[in-house]
Amino acid sequence: MGIAMLSLAGLFIAIYMYLYKIGKIGSLICGTGGCETVQLSPQARFLGVEVALLGVVGYAAMLLLALLALQPRFGGRAWPSRLLAILAGGAVLFTAYLTYLELFVIHAICRWCVASAVIILVIFGLSLADLRRSASPA
Amino acid sequence: MASPAPGMNRFYLLLGAVALAGIAWLVYQIGKPSGVSIPVNVTVLAADTAGFRGYLAGSPDAPVEVSEFADFQCPACENFETIQFPAVQQQLISSGQVRWRYRDFPLEMHPHARVASHAAACANEQNKFWEMKQVIYGRQTEWSPVRNAASKFSDYAKEVGLDVGQYDECMKSAKFAGRIQASVDEGKKLGVTGTPTFLIGGQLYPWTSALGSDSIRVLVRALLPKPTQ
Repeated sequence: MGIAMLSLAGLFIAIYMYLYKIGKIGSLICGTGGCETVQLSPQARFLGVEVALLGVVGYAAMLLLALLALQPRFGGRAWPSRLLAILAGGAVLFTAYLTYLELFVIHAICRWCVASAVIILVIFGLSLADLRRSASPA
Repeated sequence: MASPAPGMNRFYLLLGAVALAGIAWLVYQIGKPSGVSIPVNVTVLAADTAGFRGYLAGSPDAPVEVSEFADFQCPACENFETIQFPAVQQQLISSGQVRWRYRDFPLEMHPHARVASHAAACANEQNKFWEMKQVIYGRQTEWSPVRNAASKFSDYAKEVGLDVGQYDECMKSAKFAGRIQASVDEGKKLGVTGTPTFLIGGQLYPWTSALGSDSIRVLVRALLPKPTQ
């Protein structure tokens, strides 16, 4: 449940960033002013795709998996939890790379990105705990 | 089909409520008006211009005057600014042959052009017009597609070293709206219909891809006083 709720929060952050990126939102609510610097930097694209869009897809996938894992028919199966942990683990690594870019390449911090990083870390932690629970004999 | 447990029902309700709140917030963010707007077609008062006839580069005593009517959001103006203007500056302005007047001519089809003109006017108040102009044109692709270009211009103001507090006040006041309109009115009176258009020796030269620094140099040289024998 926690993973689904956090994925939904992350999804809204990613949509907000993406709407700004495509010009649908005028300015970002960002105390430091670093959000726009980060979003308008060349590093805001990864392999030709907007990082914010990758966030939207990633969080949507995690939300879907978290909701699937809650369904009684998947109760005894480990694969949704396993897939969720793999996805969250990949997202943590990608977030670490993006944080490195913010700190050492762009030299600006986006608070929304920090919030997303915290969310993804907690999701990863919860997904590992969930995985352990589903792997241990009842 | 078994109905979900009461705890799950509460969770789905909560998730739905969070989703609705998030959607409402995003819709509000999309609909929120952008920060600064510069009025169009304002009545021009004498005090608006107070003798101001564009931003002047080069010696006021240069023998030939070239006026450029331009729009910050027009791609052809950006092309001229970044590709041709450096050569014009080096060969004609710095050499003392030309005094160059930059005149605002924001076109109605470009929603941010007038805000950009005003941002440059506010930079001029702190003697940084040319620096700001260069940055605004140089980053045209960055601010042109966004909804609130004013926030980008505020970033550029910081970048060119303006006192941002003074700049923001200037933008909020929209005090140069009349002066920008006066420039548009004057251009229209002269027959300017598109941008960039150059006024050289009393003759208007609308933009064509062939009109570069070389052809401007030829036109200017024809107007230079002939050396006396």
